[in-house]
Amino acid sequence: MKHVDSTQVQNRMGTRLLINKLAKSIFFLSTIFGLIVLVILMYRVLSQGVEWIDWQFITGKLSTMAENAGVMGPLLGTFWLMLVVAPVTLILGVGTAIYLEEYAKKNRLQSLIQTNISNLAGVPSIVFGLLGLTVFVKGMNLGNIILAGGLTMSLLVLPIVVVASQEAIRAVPQYLREASYGMGATKWQTVKNVVMPASLPGILTGSILALSRAIGETAPLVVLGIPALIIPFPDNIFDKFTVMPLQIYYWTIDSALVDEYANLAAAAIVILLLLLFAMNSIAVIIRNKFQKRL
Amino acid sequence: MSTMTGKDKKFTEVAQNKENDTTINTSNKTVFETKDLNLWYGEDHALKDINLKIPENQVTAIIGPSGCGKSTFIKTLNRMVEMVPIVKVSGSIAYRDKRIFDPRYRVEELRTQVGMVFQKPNPFPKSIYDNIAYGPRIHGIKNKKVLDQIVEKSLRGAAIWDEVKDRLNENAYGLSGGQQQRICIARCLAIEPDVILMDEPTSALDPISTLKVEELVQELKKDYSIIIVTHNMQQAARISDKTAFFLNGEVVEFSDTNELFSNPEDKRTEDYITGRFG
Repeated sequence: MKHVDSTQVQNRMGTRLLINKLAKSIFFLSTIFGLIVLVILMYRVLSQGVEWIDWQFITGKLSTMAENAGVMGPLLGTFWLMLVVAPVTLILGVGTAIYLEEYAKKNRLQSLIQTNISNLAGVPSIVFGLLGLTVFVKGMNLGNIILAGGLTMSLLVLPIVVVASQEAIRAVPQYLREASYGMGATKWQTVKNVVMPASLPGILTGSILALSRAIGETAPLVVLGIPALIIPFPDNIFDKFTVMPLQIYYWTIDSALVDEYANLAAAAIVILLLLLFAMNSIAVIIRNKFQKRL
Repeated sequence: MSTMTGKDKKFTEVAQNKENDTTINTSNKTVFETKDLNLWYGEDHALKDINLKIPENQVTAIIGPSGCGKSTFIKTLNRMVEMVPIVKVSGSIAYRDKRIFDPRYRVEELRTQVGMVFQKPNPFPKSIYDNIAYGPRIHGIKNKKVLDQIVEKSLRGAAIWDEVKDRLNENAYGLSGGQQQRICIARCLAIEPDVILMDEPTSALDPISTLKVEELVQELKKDYSIIIVTHNMQQAARISDKTAFFLNGEVVEFSDTNELFSNPEDKRTEDYITGRFG
């Protein structure tokens, strides 16, 4: 006796195929939703801001007069901030990752540290702002200068760099390490010559994404008490500064007073998005380039 | 007999407890001698009272069914087994006149004398040249001329020089599996070891590449002592001088290969080599 009744199979076929199509549509709509939001966002920002973007806007100094304002100050602020954040997070983040993956024994202490780092990645950025205010601005009496802001941002993105680097290091096949140890290499020689080169693309990708997160963050710097208007360009890490997202924030809340500030904010958003887009593209290019090699 | 964990310190404690002297008298015809070697992965007793003398300049094959401890055994000889964190070892292993668990004999030094070729070809994602030069470089050789000589000698030694001499700067991943494995053998030769451990070196290779590696092993035994793990009994019979049959972590029989295959003493050996199990 047959268990599969072919007429029943025939009868059910229509419903099954219908559900199949339905599932596909739901998934497609989910995908398109994000795209629609992005298009609306881009449209609003571009229609408000693109006319305001000119050479004067990019290279000029900040000003209370909307038509005279330029964003070179915040751009330089962002640049100097990254000059602090990049080395600090790379050295501390990659160092931590190497220690945890290659040296630390897999015991309870290690798993405690691991859990803590993962939890830190989930701490709201404003809390890091408070930490920065307490430790760097007040505690070390640095004031709200680039160094203090950079160290605060470093703490914020450090967990991201650590976790991304750990994943990259873990992805290095064990047999490559064995080959190195098998020839009498020390741990450091193995890390330096085998593990690091093989995990570098992953580490760089993660770090660039973390940096672009730091570039976009606003809340911690608000807490540090960065003033709303800083006209002189910063030219070292001990200068006062402002950054792009913060300037966008101030222009937006002041647009109630001066209508044109909304346009300035939109124009600044366009430039910030271009910057972030460029950085993310670099991360993708690095990943693709090195993936082929391994 | 006390047990110990995989950490160097503990390892050496036992070694010291058992013997107060670093050196022991082994005839210069023996490269490795194990005494009452026991090994545990956690609770799993993987090697039981192994007492073996591995001869110099011969090919010693280790055969046995999967999970019998044959890979564990050769990984213990260069202490690679310690990469598994839960390993415990007791007993002693002498490499020539050195006790390998003695703290004064560093593991890096041991692995320079005792090279290893792994089951799956594992070249580095570097050029062929850099693969071979890796070992000499980590041991401090920087002179380009010397490195060039080592690379050529090693590649010739592994019978792959003619195939790769025009593409030394190409990535080793571009080679076939069989070529990659001979690159790994060449890489091992480049540190000029005394003993070469081979852990099923042909199990991932096609028959023709396997044949080439087997021929190479025959060549290499003139200059090196070779210990090869294989699950292929024909291979053991073809290429080895001595054969040890492992079963459930014990050495059932260890004798001349011809003897072991034609006239096994133990019933279990006979059953295994005639294909009744395994």
